[in-house]
Amino acid sequence: MIALSRVDTLPDSQRIVITGIGLTSPNGNDWATFRQSLLEKRSGVRPYNIRYFGDTLAGVCDFDTSRYQTKKDLRRGTRAGSVGIYAANESIKHSGLDWANVDRSRVGIYIGVTEHGNVETENEIFLIKGFDYDTSCWSHHHNPRTVANNPAGEIALNLGVTGPHYTIGAACAAGNAGLIQGAQMLRLDECDIALAGGTSESIHTFGIFASFNSQNALAKHSDPAQASRPFDRDRNGIVVAEGGCIYTLERLSDAKARGAEIYGELAGYAINTDATDFVLPNPERQAQCVNLALKRAGLEAEQIDIVSTHATGTSSGDTQECDALRRVFGNCKTVRINNTKSFIGHAMGAAGALELAGNLPSFRDGIVHPTINVDNLDPSCDLPGLVANEVQETSGVDYILNNSFGMLGINSVVIIRRV
Amino acid sequence: MSPAEIREEIIDILGDIAPDENLDDLVDEKNFREQLELDSMDFLDIVMELRKRHRVQIPEEDYGNLASMHTTVTYLEPKMREIVKA
Repeated sequence: MIALSRVDTLPDSQRIVITGIGLTSPNGNDWATFRQSLLEKRSGVRPYNIRYFGDTLAGVCDFDTSRYQTKKDLRRGTRAGSVGIYAANESIKHSGLDWANVDRSRVGIYIGVTEHGNVETENEIFLIKGFDYDTSCWSHHHNPRTVANNPAGEIALNLGVTGPHYTIGAACAAGNAGLIQGAQMLRLDECDIALAGGTSESIHTFGIFASFNSQNALAKHSDPAQASRPFDRDRNGIVVAEGGCIYTLERLSDAKARGAEIYGELAGYAINTDATDFVLPNPERQAQCVNLALKRAGLEAEQIDIVSTHATGTSSGDTQECDALRRVFGNCKTVRINNTKSFIGHAMGAAGALELAGNLPSFRDGIVHPTINVDNLDPSCDLPGLVANEVQETSGVDYILNNSFGMLGINSVVIIRRV
Repeated sequence: MSPAEIREEIIDILGDIAPDENLDDLVDEKNFREQLELDSMDFLDIVMELRKRHRVQIPEEDYGNLASMHTTVTYLEPKMREIVKA
């Protein structure tokens, strides 16, 4: 029996459920493979080289770009668009929707992004360098590639969706923010189907590596699979990753009417702001965000079975999040706490959506994937319930709480319930 | 470049711009748009590639000359006559 939450008091037309999951991750190009990689502790981090910066490490996706796009589509569009197109098509396929007969004017596309346009701008500057910076050689494709709605717009073009489409710029909280936006638009009856989540092409901009490196926040390790190590004493920074995860969201009433398989229900969410620093997190605000999501869901902390952490493997960020979690879950006896970035790195705008997807199968199998690479647990990260290095079996998982935080102090929390 | 070499260059550019198309059966006298899926951004790509590769400038009022392979080669021949094919 699942503990009741506030959504039980809502009509089915205000209850939002997940009916499809499409993704590409550095360690899997579909939901099942991704999950299997997490259970088998398979990392997606590998050696990587990018112009100017040189050799480094990254989470790289190897999905089949030709599955849903022509060569011309790929040439004209962006990597973020391509990642999004793949994930969106996979999500629709997974949802079992009769897509050919779906009213495309009632579909909304809401895609979280950490940043967009850096890759394309760097590419153009690199190219015109060969023409002594003659700007008449600057591509006419630059503007459509770099407008902030590009990844969502490319998905709309590919799918023939004529409902609303836009991106949600929310730094590394964007995956959750995209999902939240989709749910809100369904509740407002702005659409009947929301394709919502996040995408990232960030490994294709040297700037993100160089900036994290200058901040002393870029991970280094002789073994790529061990580079991303949240909560470990020897963690030394972030592994940048690309990826995408897009959910098909529907109102419960619509999902029931078509007999859709349901993978989880949105029980609560919250977004707030630190308003204290450009980069340093604020555990007090993070705890407030988690508590706000719990309050809105009508839940107590001890009713959460899994907390999917945001921790990126930086010294201060991990400690601060653990501080926040201790404030909320410190007295909880049964909560399990894990981390998915330890496998795939930090997929930026896709991170929140991907990390949630990695945990959703726990509703069915009761298994919790671990955070890997914890060889020497940092005492400041020694949370009760931390699932380190080995999977744990539970007697059942009803509620998953997913943290996703970003620069400029944006915090987001999503709570999903088993259906 | 000779007219044949200019044609070869345009085919090479089209191969980049329209990579899904079969250019072997292209009829020189027929408009590109009747045979290939090209839009205005693609035609700007042709202009851009000629500028980048050969520093050939094509003013906007002359874009109409890029309608077919035949009109394109005829238009470009005086501009590219002195260029030595690499």
